[in-house]
Amino acid sequence: MTTAPSPMTYRDAIREGMREAMRKDDRVFLMGEDVGRYGGCFAVSKGLLEEFGPERIRDTPMSESAFVGAGIGAALGGMRPIVEIMTVNFSLLALDQIMNNAATFLHMSGGQFNVPLVIRMATGAGRQVAAQHSHSLEGWFAHIPGIRILVPATLQDARGMLATALEDPDPVLIFEHAGLYNMKGQLTGDAGPVDIDRARVRRAGRDVTIITYGAMLWKSLDAAENLSKKGIEAEVIDLRVLRPLDDATFLESLGRTHRALIVDEAWRSGGISAEISARIQEKGFYDLDAPVQRLCGVEVPTPYPKHLEDAAFPQMASIVEAVEAMVPAHG
Amino acid sequence: MSDPVETQATSEIDRSHALECLKHMLRIRRLEERCAELYTATKIRGFLHLYNGEEAVAVGVVQALNPDDAIVATYREHGHALIRGIPARTIMAELYGKQEGCSRGRGGSMHLFDAKTRFYGGNAIVGGGLPIAVGLALADKMRAQNRVTCCFFGDGAVAEGEFHECLNLAALWKLPVLFVCENNLYAMGTRLDLAQSIPDVSKKAGAYGMPALAVDGMDILAVEAAAHKAVASIRGGAGPFFLEFRTYRFRAHSMYDPELYRSKAEVEEWKKRDPISNLVSLLKQQGAISDADLVEIERDVAKELDDAIAYAEAGTWEPLADLERFVYSERRPS
Repeated sequence: MTTAPSPMTYRDAIREGMREAMRKDDRVFLMGEDVGRYGGCFAVSKGLLEEFGPERIRDTPMSESAFVGAGIGAALGGMRPIVEIMTVNFSLLALDQIMNNAATFLHMSGGQFNVPLVIRMATGAGRQVAAQHSHSLEGWFAHIPGIRILVPATLQDARGMLATALEDPDPVLIFEHAGLYNMKGQLTGDAGPVDIDRARVRRAGRDVTIITYGAMLWKSLDAAENLSKKGIEAEVIDLRVLRPLDDATFLESLGRTHRALIVDEAWRSGGISAEISARIQEKGFYDLDAPVQRLCGVEVPTPYPKHLEDAAFPQMASIVEAVEAMVPAHG
Repeated sequence: MSDPVETQATSEIDRSHALECLKHMLRIRRLEERCAELYTATKIRGFLHLYNGEEAVAVGVVQALNPDDAIVATYREHGHALIRGIPARTIMAELYGKQEGCSRGRGGSMHLFDAKTRFYGGNAIVGGGLPIAVGLALADKMRAQNRVTCCFFGDGAVAEGEFHECLNLAALWKLPVLFVCENNLYAMGTRLDLAQSIPDVSKKAGAYGMPALAVDGMDILAVEAAAHKAVASIRGGAGPFFLEFRTYRFRAHSMYDPELYRSKAEVEEWKKRDPISNLVSLLKQQGAISDADLVEIERDVAKELDDAIAYAEAGTWEPLADLERFVYSERRPS
């Protein structure tokens, strides 16, 4: 039986995902800075303390390395922890635990110790919070074998990926774009788990493939609508998962459109956009009618003033411009 | 540094238990000696950190644990693994890098793992094991399992942020963690008093509201007594306990270390406190051990190690086709 869709935000969708997981499985608990009494820095866990109590909604000290590592240990000890790191920048304080322990235990132990841990964190720019709170490091984490990197852009994914991630035997990092928390949409009450393996075509088009994820998905879709009025039909692919990277979906699309633009909020050099471009070159070179193009974050620490910050990241207008430059005029 | 505050009167010892302890320490000592030889013979490669001199700490502490307790150790962990019950065979095969090793050869000397004995490494980032131990203890507490997680680390870890984060968290949440600092006075080559404003390590634990003892780590009986006391406190629900064992590593930090930072005289001075020869002397004084007993113990140990080396020699290399295994679990829900 399907319940009627109800209006909610991306934030609500994540909260509902956590609530459902915790009701279903008493091994699941949430820990992180201010997840309980404060209700979560972005109010994602608001109300969960009241429902599940302080044992399962654990406020931690400002000790990223300790509580992320404790999540790994608790996962090894039979629990299914969700660790919330307030924002991606703070994850750097826990990088040792993520890279040296979470990502390696299964391998170093010759397959004996898997780490069923979910780490959630806010990522991205666009809120005038300057150079230390605006990173998009998910592509950086996607460099590391042994972990899975999810980048939900839709309400469906925000809720459903969490359930699948909690079922996964290995560490999963979920990057929630901070600019999406207030995004409104409709979700049915029983919206269920979704796969965490494949990219999705969010808009079909014949002229060019825009490959993107996270908040840039929405700017890319807006750009595609704008381009459509000019006679250019862009296909828009939401990567959803940065590791393992589903290249089959964008290579298949490219086989039809013969042009690819990668839109990534992160810096260009050594980023996931470079990886995607390299895979197209390796596996899709003969499908190309034009060089692969990238529209990325400008390589500067994020500035505070709005006009400079806006200029530092891809915007609807710059995506339109980039596509027009690579697609010959129709008619 | 102040003198250790806890020592154990060694006037009365249970003979069979003392012999057991002696044998365990000798198993570690001889294992490490074989490892050094096998390293020179290029059978063991990479980093190799030997535990000679510190044996009383692992033996005394591990004896105080139950079989279902967990251990998190460092990269100098051959001895802990052996005493915990990981067979010498699979340890040696691991040091050879053979797939019969306790980590299938994937880890080597610094990454011994064993699910059966709840041995969670073999961690080679200084201080990196402490958060894992805190998490294992958290899981036990949340699942109401009365188990202890024992976390070994060196004095070098005391300078890491993770040390302080973890002592605080474990004390705050009253988690069943036994923190065991193997204070061998040097963080690789840097002497403790050149790295710490307060070299009295156990005092730092006190600052987090955790009971702590500084103990002579060269005296197996003192180590054991302290470990029993700490474990009893933890099992009673009092939260974490901190033990600092003052000990000394007789050999270099690793096989690459030319030991420029300490004098031979200092090493010789500490060797007078060798936990093995001191226990032997004590037992001889009490007429509790004969030379024939010693010969027999040594023969048993040698046999165990000969067998381990033969097993490792006969071991097999993991096929290249398996290279990319164990990055992700092979079974996932569909």
